[in-house]
Amino acid sequence: MSLAQVLFYMMAFIAVASTLFVAATKNLVRSIFMFFITLFALAGLYVLALADFVAITQIVIYVGGILVLILFAFMLSGKETLNVIGTQSNKFISINKLPAMLLAGLFLIVLLNMIFKIDANNLDWVKKSVITKNMILPDSSMTENIGINLMTKYLLPFEAISVLLMIALIGAAHLSRKGRGA
Amino acid sequence: MISLTDFLVVSAVLFCVGLYMIVSKQNAIQILIGIELMLNAAILNLVAFGKYDRFNNGGQMFALFAIVLAAATTAVALAIILNVYKQYKTIDPGKIDKLGD
Repeated sequence: MSLAQVLFYMMAFIAVASTLFVAATKNLVRSIFMFFITLFALAGLYVLALADFVAITQIVIYVGGILVLILFAFMLSGKETLNVIGTQSNKFISINKLPAMLLAGLFLIVLLNMIFKIDANNLDWVKKSVITKNMILPDSSMTENIGINLMTKYLLPFEAISVLLMIALIGAAHLSRKGRGA
Repeated sequence: MISLTDFLVVSAVLFCVGLYMIVSKQNAIQILIGIELMLNAAILNLVAFGKYDRFNNGGQMFALFAIVLAAATTAVALAIILNVYKQYKTIDPGKIDKLGD
């Protein structure tokens, strides 16, 4: 077992365990902070999938942006939310959670069944890319390639997403302004 | 070498936990976290398959686009949640059942 594999299983374990904690805990603040750990572990998994630029983007945007935003929204939405959480039942398995658990569990079984059936390592295009040396190797630096592709091949989605980001910015500012008349 | 199946299994688990959170939680912010988890599972798949596309970088590129889209959705969703809280004094989606006043 190589070092990369050990690291992979460690990161995967941290990601899955912290995700389960996020889903199971009653304390909302704790679940948000645990979500930090999940995102960091996922960034580690991206690094092990040889996508270092995506991992850095994940840390900057998700951890630096989205989670801080969620924390702000949580703090701003006052004491009542905290009280609601306090009065929830403390049992992990309660009868009204059962349908959700059943749904998620059955869906997991379906997904796992499909994953093991499809045998992703032996897909045609994956094998072809290994033969034609079209796969990313641990010593190849991809950031330069990403930059060039972003400005040539993927210019249209890049522009579209910049317009969409602008729209979302204006929309969020409009929605959250104070004292809207009519 | 880490096989693709490992990545797929991890992302399947994350996806299902996200699904569970969306269906069962009584707090809009936790539902939002569930959506983020599902998005992250999808991004993990994109990145894992993107390893086999060195010249075009399709997987990594669209993973970046998905991250940016998630940021945009979260900003708008949180603005909506704050407005709903102002109106109803609760963010339990089960208790929000009126369109107007």
